[in-house]
Amino acid sequence: MTGIVQHPRHLCALGGQQSVAAIERAIPILHTGPGCGFKLHTGLGSYNGFQGGGYSGGATIVSTNTGEKEVVFGGESRLQSVIDGALKIMDGDLFVVLSGCTSELVGDDTEHIVAEYRRRGTPIVFAATGGFRGNNIIGHEIVANAIIDQLLEPRDIIPGLVNVWSSVPYHDTFWAGNLASIRELLAGLGLKANILFGPNSGGLEAWRKIPAAQFNLVLSSWTGVSIARNLNERFGTPWLHWPTLPIGGIETSRFLRRLQEFADVDTTIATSFIEEQERSFHYFFERAADFFLEFRWDMPSHFATIADSFYGIGVSRMLTNEFGLLPLHQFVTDDPPEEFHESIRDNYAQIAPGISSNISFTSDGEEINQVLRAVASSPPIILGSIWDRDIAKEVGGCYLSIASPMTDRLVTSCSYLGYNGGLRLIEDLYSSILTSIQ
Amino acid sequence: MTTEIQVTPKSVVRQEPGVTIRERRLGSITGYSGTPDELVKISLAGQLVERERSFTQAGTCSSFCATLQLSLIQDAVVINHAPAGCSGDFPMFNLYNRYGQGKRKLDQTSARLITTNLNEHDTIFGATGKLLEAIHKAYSTYHPRAIFVTASCTSGIIGEDLESTLDEAEEELGIPIASVSCEGFRSQVWATGWDAAYSAILRKIVRPAKIRRPESINIITFIGEDYFSELLRPLGLVPDLIVPFTKIEQLETVSEAGATAQMCSTLGTYFAAGLEKQYGVPEIKSPPPYGLTGTDMWLRELAHITGKDDIVEQFIAAERNAIEPELEKLKKRFAGVKAFVAAGPSHGHSSMEILQDLGMELVGSCMFHHDAKLDHGDPAGDTLRAATTGSGRMTYSVCNKQSFELVNLLRRLKPDLVIVRHPSLAVSVAKLGIPACFVDDEHLGLGYRGLIRYGKKIADWFRNPAIERNLSRHSALPYTRWWLEQQPFSMLGGEV
Repeated sequence: MTGIVQHPRHLCALGGQQSVAAIERAIPILHTGPGCGFKLHTGLGSYNGFQGGGYSGGATIVSTNTGEKEVVFGGESRLQSVIDGALKIMDGDLFVVLSGCTSELVGDDTEHIVAEYRRRGTPIVFAATGGFRGNNIIGHEIVANAIIDQLLEPRDIIPGLVNVWSSVPYHDTFWAGNLASIRELLAGLGLKANILFGPNSGGLEAWRKIPAAQFNLVLSSWTGVSIARNLNERFGTPWLHWPTLPIGGIETSRFLRRLQEFADVDTTIATSFIEEQERSFHYFFERAADFFLEFRWDMPSHFATIADSFYGIGVSRMLTNEFGLLPLHQFVTDDPPEEFHESIRDNYAQIAPGISSNISFTSDGEEINQVLRAVASSPPIILGSIWDRDIAKEVGGCYLSIASPMTDRLVTSCSYLGYNGGLRLIEDLYSSILTSIQ
Repeated sequence: MTTEIQVTPKSVVRQEPGVTIRERRLGSITGYSGTPDELVKISLAGQLVERERSFTQAGTCSSFCATLQLSLIQDAVVINHAPAGCSGDFPMFNLYNRYGQGKRKLDQTSARLITTNLNEHDTIFGATGKLLEAIHKAYSTYHPRAIFVTASCTSGIIGEDLESTLDEAEEELGIPIASVSCEGFRSQVWATGWDAAYSAILRKIVRPAKIRRPESINIITFIGEDYFSELLRPLGLVPDLIVPFTKIEQLETVSEAGATAQMCSTLGTYFAAGLEKQYGVPEIKSPPPYGLTGTDMWLRELAHITGKDDIVEQFIAAERNAIEPELEKLKKRFAGVKAFVAAGPSHGHSSMEILQDLGMELVGSCMFHHDAKLDHGDPAGDTLRAATTGSGRMTYSVCNKQSFELVNLLRRLKPDLVIVRHPSLAVSVAKLGIPACFVDDEHLGLGYRGLIRYGKKIADWFRNPAIERNLSRHSALPYTRWWLEQQPFSMLGGEV
């Protein structure tokens, strides 16, 4: 998916600035043109659930705003001047310098300059995030690996400590809620999640504790795998890769049992936690069942997801296996690296016994529209981004935003992960349908 | 009323693509600290020089401004020839599009936006093939009446030959395909992006007039509601709001209008001057119609150009009379309130006029850039001078959205209320506990009745600044104590 895109859903590697802004008291410093910081904040933060700038994002993002002079003569002295200023003016614990297209194309040695500051004892790292290097998910990984490579030292293992690599901050509109849900699920098994991003995640000190983890949890179809591999090489930390969003009763329990096995958690503790959570989930499921059974005569039976693979698989499994819907066609928009394509295909092929879904790897609006026009024989449910509203209307479908960019929802702590996350998605989806019919 | 005329196309403003950046064309700057009187004086004398900051926060670029105007043309497509990150503003324009369509009772559809998604391979081998593919895709998907191709830092630095690619496509498809020279690094004054967009429209879209429509008045604007009708229709004139929410056919004929005006003199300076020079459409050069005096003067110039001198005074008197009781109430409400404006010129200057007419005391202002002159070159159009008659010695600065300077300055000036424009900046102000009034509809305060609309809105916010109070108690600004003790403009260096 390196081709042209109508209505892009992913931005560029410099979008890693949002991952920096999501670390408590971390300050992003961009060595880029004047508009990059604001554009990326706009696409990933503000016009994606109106997530805002927070402490060090939005209008406060430091940037060299490279101009014609830097393009012609190089921007290294400008960068030094701006870093000097940032260290005095910005009140932060960790500084991450991110390079953009301009400074990389003109060949500034940003890495060397940043290394000099680090040698003098400043907690500062460099992330090579030139926009043409890949999308913002790659940018997120580049930022995490930069901090790991340039700042972390071995530590004694803390039993039960688990580093979590999952929802990409800001890009996944529900990242903060999802990470909080992961922390609660892990706590239920007696594990301590090191979630690294968002409220009460611990900032730089939490990042310094990464080498002390018992293991790394990659809860995503592919994002974070490069980080876990890096940590395995560097500190020998083992890792568990679970590629499916644990959402709803079945998927969350399946995930927790695997986690229990991998982390060697006491079976009694795990079983009792899972049973308690399932009881609660099914209490609400049972009560909502009157609605599902009595309204489904006029509700869509088929659904399409237009989302990152992590979401698409999890949501498809829940809707199919617990809510009796049928997969129409799923669109994988996050441009997974080639090595993950087969496992992603397999995952969609085994949604339920005898039920699989056709999938397309694309994020191009027109390509998606053409497929949906061809396959939607009855009005479907479409779970996508704001770009998909028009096609949903065209094919007479029902629509809910679950992917970026998202301008029809205000998102704060909402989570679509875990038992409650499943109920929440169902509430949001059917509430939007109920609103639209009256 | 239409009249047939014979028109010979006059010499054009500039036929070659691209536009001279504001720094060189208008002597524009982004750093200044002083007073309005001094700034007006040195600008007039041609002595204004840029001062560069040793530390900066993220600004905005020309590409943003250019795309904002072009992406809201309803039957065109914008292709951004750039890496995907440059399309971070697409969702914003899409919301503006859908929201604006809704307000105008049009079908709501997504803005027509495509990125060529330049990658590392493209930076080495070039991507004009991809651009052609994007043009074909735009054409087959939308059958647009025009295509605009916006340049980026990357396409500029790797030296993409946009012109010959676009010429080739234009010939094949038979619709105007215009390049828009809005590479971010070219200018620190993001308003250069407006000029780039208007330059593309002037070059490729606007046609010589076949008829004249003297009653039709071009109003160069953003996305605000049509409050211009309140001022124009009583004079028998019809506002034609351009460029957002127009169709290509409408833009082709702006050359037929009786005059061109703007909601903000810095927005459409290039376009309005171009229409006058190239097509003989007179530009209203008075500062835009905000505040009592500003509206009086603007209406008189408009009436003079359109032959409505005989009815304008009566209209002005009637309108002033109509709002007087409510204005008096608002003035009492705002008496003694100290205000500050952080916005782009010249709309920021208009806001300064409004606040003063509402009875507030201006304790300072900062504008995101300053143009030493406008394209029409007439000092009578100086919006800063007009807005600061009698308040020319207040604190005035030029600061391109530098939150660290603004916060520092506001802590010293301690205003009771701040008008702030430009997304993402209001929260920095609000964290100080100061009511931060973000007025997105730039037409809200327009004319006489606008004063009342604007005043009432602000009064509501001012009455209950709970959001600001909450933020100031619980959410910190990311600045060190050291910085807050420095002079606000101490990072502003010597002359460049």
